[in-house]
Amino acid sequence: MDLLIDRWLHIMAGITWIGLLYYFNFIQVPSMAKIKEDGSATAITKFIAPKALLWFRWAALVTWLTGAYYLERSGIGLGDAFMLKETAGNIGLGVWMGTIMLFNVWVLIWPNQKKVLGMVEASDEAKLKAARIALLASRTNTMLSIPMLFFMVAGSTAHMGLMMNP
Amino acid sequence: MKNPLDSVVGTIISGLVLTVVLFYFAKNFLG
Repeated sequence: MDLLIDRWLHIMAGITWIGLLYYFNFIQVPSMAKIKEDGSATAITKFIAPKALLWFRWAALVTWLTGAYYLERSGIGLGDAFMLKETAGNIGLGVWMGTIMLFNVWVLIWPNQKKVLGMVEASDEAKLKAARIALLASRTNTMLSIPMLFFMVAGSTAHMGLMMNP
Repeated sequence: MKNPLDSVVGTIISGLVLTVVLFYFAKNFLG
């Protein structure tokens, strides 16, 4: 029962995380130039982005933790997944990408977004540099999310044989 | 050469290409 609830939480948190990642990359960032022209950037930078980032980073952590718990409790093993051992290989690729993405969220995106949004003191030059780092880390996560989701699906047993012997 | 991650389309194409590469890696070298 705990595995079922854990997996349910994992998928809900994952949808929240990747949904917000796609919102940032497909909607908010490409619209920022027009929003600034319109003079309504404050609504995004002061109210929407901070709240979206709050859900984004904590959903990322919950996704990773519930995924790690699932691997340990289901007998696959987090260590074996990281080592791409035998049947843990497919899910292991997903684990590697999910872990890199979690690192990007907490170490690259969030600290740099705090500078961009004025939540911490930063010069204009530092803000420009922070915006570039945050954008590239966010785009890297969007790119990685595509194979990561593929290998999460492939890692579930129902599709394993199909993938290896299509 | 432009960084593909500078555009949304480039990012999606990069993700799809990486999926294909990793699929064949998994098929040939993993479990």
